[in-house]
Amino acid sequence: MIPEIGHFALILALAMALVQAAAAPLGARLRDGGLMALARPAALAQFLFISVALACLMQAFVVSDFSVVTVADNSHSAKPLLYKFTGTWGNHEGSMLLWVWILAVHGAAVAVFGRNLPPAFRAWVLAVQALIGLGFLVFVLATSNPFLRLDPAPLDGRDLNPLLQDPGLAFHPPLLYLGYVGLSTAFSFAVAALIEGRVNAAWARWVRPWTLLSWCALTAGIALGSWWAYYELGWGGYWFWDPVENASFMPWLMATALLHSSIVAEKRDSLKSWTVLLAILGFSLSLLGTFLVRSGVLTSVHSFASDPARGVYILVFLVIVVGGSLTLYAWRAPGMRAGGSFRPLSRESSLLANNLLLAVGCATVFIGTLYPLILDAIADQKVSVGPPFFESTFVLLMIPLLLMMAVGPLMAWKRAGASAVLPRLAVSLVAAIAVAAAVAASGGGPWGAVLGMALAGWVAAGVLTEFAQRVRLFRVPLAESARRAVGLPRAAWAMSIAHLGVAVLVVGTVGAGNWQTEREQSMQPGDTVTLAGYDFELQSIGDVPGPNYIARRGEVRVLQDGEEVALLLPERRHYPVQDTWTTEAAIHTTWLSDLYVVVGEDAPGGTAIRIHHNPLVPWIWIGALAMVAGGVVSLTDRRHRVGAPTRRRHSAPAVAAAGTGE
Amino acid sequence: MKRKHWRLVFLGGGLGALGLAAGLVLTALDDTLVFFHDPSTLKERQFSPEQRLRVGGLVEENSVVRGGDGLTVRFIITDLAHTVPVTYRGILPDLFREGQGVVAEGYLKGSVFQADEVLAKHDENYMPREVADALKKSGNWKGEGTE
Repeated sequence: MIPEIGHFALILALAMALVQAAAAPLGARLRDGGLMALARPAALAQFLFISVALACLMQAFVVSDFSVVTVADNSHSAKPLLYKFTGTWGNHEGSMLLWVWILAVHGAAVAVFGRNLPPAFRAWVLAVQALIGLGFLVFVLATSNPFLRLDPAPLDGRDLNPLLQDPGLAFHPPLLYLGYVGLSTAFSFAVAALIEGRVNAAWARWVRPWTLLSWCALTAGIALGSWWAYYELGWGGYWFWDPVENASFMPWLMATALLHSSIVAEKRDSLKSWTVLLAILGFSLSLLGTFLVRSGVLTSVHSFASDPARGVYILVFLVIVVGGSLTLYAWRAPGMRAGGSFRPLSRESSLLANNLLLAVGCATVFIGTLYPLILDAIADQKVSVGPPFFESTFVLLMIPLLLMMAVGPLMAWKRAGASAVLPRLAVSLVAAIAVAAAVAASGGGPWGAVLGMALAGWVAAGVLTEFAQRVRLFRVPLAESARRAVGLPRAAWAMSIAHLGVAVLVVGTVGAGNWQTEREQSMQPGDTVTLAGYDFELQSIGDVPGPNYIARRGEVRVLQDGEEVALLLPERRHYPVQDTWTTEAAIHTTWLSDLYVVVGEDAPGGTAIRIHHNPLVPWIWIGALAMVAGGVVSLTDRRHRVGAPTRRRHSAPAVAAAGTGE
Repeated sequence: MKRKHWRLVFLGGGLGALGLAAGLVLTALDDTLVFFHDPSTLKERQFSPEQRLRVGGLVEENSVVRGGDGLTVRFIITDLAHTVPVTYRGILPDLFREGQGVVAEGYLKGSVFQADEVLAKHDENYMPREVADALKKSGNWKGEGTE
């Protein structure tokens, strides 16, 4: 009964999406403000119905209702409760339902928090949101219905892919979707602005919180996925330039560019049509990512058994959305009036350079990701584009970006004088040289490592210089500086935190890329292996039962100069239901480096053990966290507070009422 | 300089960046592409031992042999028409098993393929896409959902 309620609720949501999509165009044509205002309750109702559907599916997973096909295929009664719960989106059908739910959350959020938007504009935004929702609701109902029944119901399910039974991965999809789908809001704002011909500083300010929110979620989601790959796949790596990783990385690059260009649009009324284009491209890349992952053209842990109809549907949807929005753009964008002009040496042009580099970097990732698919389609040749490609293209393009990162914030808007900027770079230059010298002196490594660390020092010193300048450090008494720091806009803090995060992240990636060491050895209890000054002693190896698996667990004592540093318990788990194995690496972190141990298979001579010494890898997660924190701080900036502009409007209720029919 | 001139400066910068990226991409594609082949092609054509390759197929049943050091593994990859012996040193991925699809990356030294990376990524049908296509080519594809 409950799954049928879910199915029914989903159909009602579809009806609500139709109302929501029709309200704005019909209302505009009939000049009926009341009809346009209908989009709001429709968005809320759509959200309510999809929530009901999602709750019904969760119920089926939690109580292990194997008469539902999705549950029988992807769950098992012995699975821990947390994974029954999160298993709801650990399969194709459920994850698509989660996708439309998050879309509805965003729609409802625009309806509720968008009170300061002009009513007609809000109706258009909601209409575009509803059209996207419509596309995905039809997709779910027609090709991926999560509520299909199975008769007779099996006694037990086929279990969730054990790789996905992990806390890191349980919350990776919702965060990533929050980011992907958040870009749909920026997209809706862009399309609505093109329809209404309203792209100005106010528009940029409305879009910004949505972009920020989705950027934060995307950053956190990607970082979580990367962290999962690091400890669960057992290769000691954190990023593999896998097509599926790239699929989430491309929208992230676009969202990052959009965040920066919308600052120019907001503050200087410039780069407006470019900002709109970025909003369109960002969401288009999200859809492309969905297509790549969901259509089964790629093989990875992310691809669920694929049905060609699904791939074709998403591809057609992608073409309609991208084609339609770009056509609209080509038609309406030339009509946009250019705003404030600026010189090549200015804050604006440094942000433009940032955008250019991010966009071109995104293009290289795009080519590297799609090249094998294209070559397969036209030449029937199978190739793989691996990390070396991305390292010699994308990573190189990021060098000028990091150089700009210290310079840009020091430049004035409109036009900056070289004589004013250059002296402020002195600290950065000194820091970069000092770091390079220190790295080279301490044994160094390849020139890339020296350069990378120097760049991180350059960026970090640049951020600190800019901050010191804002609080007039050492020019006024320290107490006065502290008072100024407290009084700084949140956005200024946000930028410093996020950019420092980037510097930390760069340190982490350079460390991971250049100084990782590993040893692989067949070991018996009592054997010791030495790596990077640590002794790893295998004490025992044995079987330990888990809730729905049996773990082959090693006990490895780590000693430094004869003193115990850590006891590591790496596991190799066997899940009998699917007869698969997973690796659980054991990691001891000192925050400066990770000691990372993996157990392999047993062989006659002993057990295969692989040990990694991963210097600076923890900095990657710290850096990513700082970037997210920066985004969150920026969200709390005063100019994004919902209440502030509304209160002003209360003084003119007559105008508002006349305009909206509220 | 007028606004028009500044615009040219920006345009030049943009085109410069694009050109640079295009150059990087083209050279990188030239240097880093790794071609995928099935065992039949490895038999038919000559490959330089310096050329990095990917080979994929099924791991032949009962072909996995472990060396005395406990780390070296030998196995045979087959597309059910031809086979190629593979050696690899290290821990095999969790999803590696006999009778199922696998992709190995490395170099063809003589008749033996020396892999330095073994990939067993696949969907729930236990079949990497390249391997499925290779089996279709050799006429031994058993259809979707083979487990």
